[in-house]
Order: sequence, then C-alpha cells, then structure tokens
Amino acid sequence: MPATTAAVTAAAAPGASQWREALAARGGLVLLASALFVFLTLPLAMILVRSFQDKDGAFAGLVNFVRYVQTPALAQSTWNTLTFALLATSIVVPLAFVFAYAIQRSCIPLKGLWRSIALLPILAPSLLAALSFIYLFGNQGLFKALLPWFGLKEIYGLAGMVLAMAFSAFPHAVMILLAALSLSDARLYEAADAMGATRLRKFLTITLPGAKYGLISAAMVVFTMAVSEFGVPKVIGGNYPVLAIDIYKQVIGQQNFQMGAVVSLVLLVPAVLAFAIDSVVQRRQKALVGARSVPYAPRPARGRDAVLLAFVLVVSAYLLLVIGMAAYGSVVKFWPYNLSLTLDHYRYGFEEAGVEHAYRNSLVMATLCAMFGAAVTFAGAYWVEKTRGADALRPVIRFQAMLPMAVPGMVLGIGYILFFNHPANPLTFLYGTMAILVLSTVVHFYSSSHLTAVTALKQLDSEFESVSASLKVPFYRTFRRVTVPVCLPTVIDLSRYYFVNAMTTISAVVFLYSPKTTLASISILHMDEAGALGPASAMATLIVGTSAVVTVLSLFAESMLLRRTQAWRRTGSNR
Amino acid sequence: MSDERSDEALRLEGIGKTFGTFVAVADIDLAIRRGEFVCFLGPSGCGKTTLLRIIAGLERQTSGRVIQNGRDVSVLPPAARDYGIVFQSYALFPNLTVAQNVAYGLVSRRRAKAETAARVAELLALVGLPDAGSKYPGQCSGGQQQRIALARALATSPGLLLLDEPLSALDAKVRERLRGEIRMLQKRLGVTTVMVTHDQEEALSMADRIVVMNHGRVEQCGSPQEVYERAASPFVATFLGRVNVLPAAALGAGRYRVGTTELALRADGFSPGEAVKIYLRPEDRHIEGDVAAMPNYLAGRVSRIDYLGTFCLAEIACPALGQSVAISMSLNQLHDLGVREGAPFGFALRDERVRVFRA
Repeated sequence: MPATTAAVTAAAAPGASQWREALAARGGLVLLASALFVFLTLPLAMILVRSFQDKDGAFAGLVNFVRYVQTPALAQSTWNTLTFALLATSIVVPLAFVFAYAIQRSCIPLKGLWRSIALLPILAPSLLAALSFIYLFGNQGLFKALLPWFGLKEIYGLAGMVLAMAFSAFPHAVMILLAALSLSDARLYEAADAMGATRLRKFLTITLPGAKYGLISAAMVVFTMAVSEFGVPKVIGGNYPVLAIDIYKQVIGQQNFQMGAVVSLVLLVPAVLAFAIDSVVQRRQKALVGARSVPYAPRPARGRDAVLLAFVLVVSAYLLLVIGMAAYGSVVKFWPYNLSLTLDHYRYGFEEAGVEHAYRNSLVMATLCAMFGAAVTFAGAYWVEKTRGADALRPVIRFQAMLPMAVPGMVLGIGYILFFNHPANPLTFLYGTMAILVLSTVVHFYSSSHLTAVTALKQLDSEFESVSASLKVPFYRTFRRVTVPVCLPTVIDLSRYYFVNAMTTISAVVFLYSPKTTLASISILHMDEAGALGPASAMATLIVGTSAVVTVLSLFAESMLLRRTQAWRRTGSNR
Repeated sequence: MSDERSDEALRLEGIGKTFGTFVAVADIDLAIRRGEFVCFLGPSGCGKTTLLRIIAGLERQTSGRVIQNGRDVSVLPPAARDYGIVFQSYALFPNLTVAQNVAYGLVSRRRAKAETAARVAELLALVGLPDAGSKYPGQCSGGQQQRIALARALATSPGLLLLDEPLSALDAKVRERLRGEIRMLQKRLGVTTVMVTHDQEEALSMADRIVVMNHGRVEQCGSPQEVYERAASPFVATFLGRVNVLPAAALGAGRYRVGTTELALRADGFSPGEAVKIYLRPEDRHIEGDVAAMPNYLAGRVSRIDYLGTFCLAEIACPALGQSVAISMSLNQLHDLGVREGAPFGFALRDERVRVFRA
C-alpha cells in the first residue's frame, strides 16, 4: 500500500493551497458584504442624509419634514396609501386562503391547473390589470354602465386600484398559504374525529390556528406590495394620490429630491413594520410541525368540494379575464367601437414608438439579471452559510440580504439616484447604464432569492465541507463539484425568478433608465400616459408572453438537464 | 524527544471549550499512543463530539493545545491537519459515484489516473465492497454507505482516523457486524483511531482504551476491563453496564452496614460512620456451590425474572438489605438452581469486585 508516500504529500501540502483557500473564503465574504453595502445600504443611507438637507445640500434640520406635514396633499396621500393597502389586504388574503384551502384540503379535480392559473399574474407587470379594468370599466369601458350599481362614478381611483391589486398580489398570498396549509398533522384530525368534533370545530381549532402564521405572513406581504405599488395607481389611480405617486412626482416632475427623500422615509415606515412583524412570525412558524407528523390527506366530501370548486372557478375566471382582456384589447382595432381584430397596436409600437428598442433592452436586462443574479445570490448564500473564517461579516451580510424585502422599489430607486448621481461619487459612470438597471433589480429581488438559496443549502449535509477539509480539498472545489450540481434545480429556479421579475418590474428602474436603456415595462407607462391604450396593452401582453415562454422553456430545460446529468437523483434516498 | 513521546500520536493539553457561559469541555489532558483505538464515551451533551471536533480543527478550543505527532496543530485549519473522518451522517457526496467519493481526496493530489483507480479498487476491496465503485451512494444500504465513508476517510492514508458516532444510524444487526469489521481493519492498518459513541457496548467491544466523559470532564480513562470492573466514580459505575446501588454506612477496616446486615469488602478508606454507596453489579456474586458458607452471604426471595436472551436478571428481595437487588445468571444456571418467581434464593458477594463510593 502506498501509505508512506501519501502521508508525506499530506504533510507537505499545507502552505500555499491553505492560504489560497482562506483568502477565497474571506475574500468572497468581504466582496459580498461590500457589494451589498455599496449597492444597498449606502443608497438607502443617502435618502436619510438627503431628507435633512436643503436644495443645495446644506444641513436643514427638520425643515423638510415640517413642510411635508404642512402640505395637506402629501399627508392625504399617506392615509390614501394605508386605506388602499388595508383594503387590498382584506380582500386578497381571505380569497387566497379559501383558494389555497380548496387545493390543499379538498378533493376538487384539476388542482394542478388551478394552481398554475393562480400563479399566472406573476408573469405580468402589475399595470396589466389596471389596463384591463380600464378596458372593462374605463371611460370607454364595455361595462361602464354597471358601475353605478356598485355606487361608483368611475373606475379610476380606489376601486380600480384595489381590483387591479387583487390580481397582482393574489399569487404571492396563495403561494404562502399553499405552503402554510400543506403543513398539517393528520393525527390531530384523527384525534378530533375520535372525540366527535364537528367539521366547523375542527376547522376553527386545528386548521385555522395551524395556518395562523401563514395568514399573517400573507397579509404582511400583500400589505407591503400594495403600500409600495407604483404601476397600478399610476395607470388607474385617477385623483387618488398615494405615496409612491408622490415620490415620482416630487423627483421626476419637480426635481425636488429632498422632499422625495422625506416621502420615501414615510413610505419605508409601514413597509419596515410589516417586515418586522413577518420576520417575528416566521421565527415562530418553525416549531409548528414536528418531524414525526403525518401529512393530512383530504377525503372527498361532496357538498364542500362542490362549493369550493365553484369558488375556485370564479377566482380563476377573474384572473383569466384580467389577462385575457388585456390580450384581447391589444388586438382590437378601436375599443370599443370597432372590435375587428388587428395587429396594428403591435406594429405601431414596434415601428413608430421606438418600443422595439425598449423590448430588446428588457430582454437583455432580464437575461443579465437571470445569469448574474442567480450566480451571485447562490454563491453568496454558500459563502455565508458554508465557509469558515471572517465570522464577524456573516451577520452583517445576513442583515443586508434581508433588507431589500423591507424596502419598496420606489425607495430603492430614489436611493440609487441620490447616491449614484452624487457629484462626489466615483461610481457616477454607472448612472444611466444597463449595469445600474441590472444591479438595482438584483438587489430589489435579492431577499427571497437569498432565502431560497439558503433553504436549499441547508438541506445538504452540513459536513460536506468538513469532509473536504479533512481530505485537503479546498471548499471551492467541493462547491463546484458537489454543491452546484446538487442544487442545480434551485439555481435554475433563481434565474427564472430574476428573469420574470426583471421583465415586469417598474418601481425601482423607473428612476434609473435613460433614453438608451428604457424598458418594456416602462414603455407601457409612457404609452398609457399618451393615451395609447392599445399599444400599451400590446406591450403588456408581449411581456406576459415572453415571461410565460421563458418559464415553460426553463422548466423544460430543467427537466432535460436533470434527466441527463443527475442520474443519482433517481436512486431513491439520498442522504 | 524521549522514546515515550515519539510513540505518541496525539496529545491534548488542558483543552477547554466554552459556548458563552456553557462549558462544553473543561480542562482535558489526554495522550494517545500510535495505533491505539480510543473511544470517547458518554451521554449526549457530555462534550465528546466537541472534543473530537476540536481534534479535527472543526471547532476552535477556548484554551489548551492539540499536539499531533509532536507538532502543535492547535490553531491550524482542518485542511492543515492529518486525519480522515467519518461522520454519523457519512456525508457522502450524492452526485458522485462510490469510486468518485473514495477518490475525492486523491484526485486533488494530482496522481496519475491509473494510480488513483488502483488505490480506489484497493480501498473498496479493503472495506468489502469491491464491486460498488460505479454505484451512487443512494443505491447503497446504510451499512454499505458507512463502509464507503470509511474507505474515503482512509484513502489518503491519514495518521489519525476520527469516527463520530459512525454506527448509530444503522440497524442493530448491521451495527454489531460492522463493529468487528472496523476493529479488524483498524488493527490491520495500525491507524490511530478516535471514536465518539454513546453506546457503551460499542465502546467496550471495540476500544483499546475508553475515555468516559460527563459534563465536559473525563470521569475515567482506561481499558474496557478497567473502566467496567474498577469504575473510578459513581457515574462510570452507573453509565457502564447495570449496577445495584446500596446505601450503607462505613464501619472502618472494609466493613459496611447495609440495612440490618454487615458486609466485609475489599474496598476501604472510609472513616467509621461515613455514609457511602455500595455499587454491586449483577454478576459480582457467587451463586453456585455452598454459597451459604461463604462470607457476605445474603438470602432472599425471587420477586421477578427478566429474560434478556442468553442470560437473565433475577430480582431478589433481600430482607436483610431492606431492598431488592438484581442478580444475573445464565439460563442454564436458572434451570439448574431451580430459580423461579417466589422461590427462596441465596448468594454471596464477590467482595473483590464490589465498588464503594462516598454518598
């Protein structure tokens, strides 16, 4: 046995390779921490600084805040924002709960189909729903005459905003509640049955408490989305100003950056609060289901299943109607007077409005976000969770990684303008480039991507790195040979998530694009402003189509890839 | 360096580890000879795994030094130390074949491909899995995975093998078979081995030396026979094997009062009147021959019999002791001596075996 030679190599090996490994571990963490610091924390800090300055950058104390409180229109927006967010939350969460309940706890047919339909709105920019409701109930709306029945004069305003928000927030609430309702212990229900509990009693004492944290979480997510929403109020908000619109007007319209900063801080308060509540709740959720619990399998119950199926059908119809209306509107010649079909709106956009350019930019940006975002997020999560050394940096990175979840896109966008446009900043060359759009988008969607990556990494054996170290294999080789191949599905999920969000996002990038880097989602806004409803819908439909095609393609590629490279997965248990 | 030192594979000097205010390991000194098989044995939370991870460099000790082959490795990262390790979970790479797993540490040393392949084949033969090379870990049974992990740990011919509860994820039958296999392999390769376990049988059957730990401290360190037969503390006596505990009062000169009777034992060193506890193992007794004539004879009645496979435990209610004691015997003895529930039964203590500690 060549025992002696190996022992000699082992003794001689330490030195250069160890040094390199330590450098790679610490260097990676330093790089990530500084990137998050420069592209997240500093821009946010700039908002705080700017809110205490006057127009020329001199310290102004609380002058801006005083002026904010004294401007009735601005204070009114705060109440409007809260009203809108609370209304949207109290409509979306119960609907999403019943929908998720129908899928997880009843025996309705075609569950996969309903689930896919519920997730469809993710593929669309939020203002697509606003456009659809303008088609249906707007000034030229098909069903405008129905509005007085509901006590409404027009769709523009709170009613339209809530209807559109219900569409775009629905999948986010449903995803959380599907997960919450999937965690259940059949033994509890069996025990309740044995004691003769009624169905209502079981629902009130087992189901609802079990989903409590999911419900709170979903409520916080919908609330935060609504508070920070920009596209929906911009298109269908009418004379109902909200904070996100105020920021836009202050910064873009009046170039009043310090007031924009103040409104951003006001907007940050409810978002941070919701985030704080959610993270406390998440921490409690963990202990809820024991390792030994037996999953609940619903049994058919005719009456219940029929009612739930009817409900699911109505909600699905609503979601499909919204998407379908925008798509239909985009091919109708002159709504609502000439309903003959045409591709004119697409042609108009591409030939005359320079929108082709915006669409191409969006594709480039989404692709860059998908590649760069997934790589950075996954590697970053790995470095934080699995390497050794520089332990003081880990909590700093974890905190910054979760921060974007609490920061509305508008606020992030303002921070970016203030920071990257500052004359003293050596990074001003980024301003107006594609790079800054990619960076802001990756940062904007970093938190949930980071969490997804961490969850996947935590499912790996925690001793892989220890074993590698004992075998004198540097961790980065194990990362490449084991971690990435094993987590490949997660990495693909991350890039799909980034791609779709980059295609549909408006809020942060609306402050950061230049004429050269304008995006498809932003061009919808411009066409809507110009009253070109048809071309706006055409672009929105194009975005949905693109997102859908990319999603389907990536799912297909993922399954092909898994079949070809991951034979080990089909071998039953892998520990 | 003295001869004694050069025979030493690993030395721990005053190792301590605290997590906040919790003391995981306190001031441990230990020297391990080359080729020795040492077990860290103790209940969960006793600090045995922490100590192993300190040796591996996976945890950093709060105080003390780790010296391997005369080299101070106290502050070196894991990769700069010389050991192979098998974890309870095995931590086999699921996406690599068995052969690739075993070769994992060899590839990085840029050996010739043929040489690596030959070494992998040799190792797989060594652990009794010559044909498993092209399988994935997920296709192997728990026992096979355990052996693959062992082969991977041994691939680079480390000077030290660390085993962290290597058998506890396996079924009882497989576990028993692998105990013998690992021990034989270790003897054949002569590799210094440290194993962590909470299973006393495992420690007793495999180790050259057992380090019994409790609350982060070493309670006793010695051969299996030593720690079993001459337990140094009440903890060791109760943790290893079964034991009857009899509260007693020392009378001096090796005499003790228990209940209404007096016992004369080898154990001594207590002043008269001191409260003590007598630790009596079920097998520390004479039951055959004219036991009534022997010293320390005790009589009672069988109150219960527990069958435990090849032997059984008879619970004897002894009026003189004021309590019951469990006495072990083989099934043949049970039959020959006519032991059954309710029958009278007499036995004499083996005075040289019985341990006595301060109460």
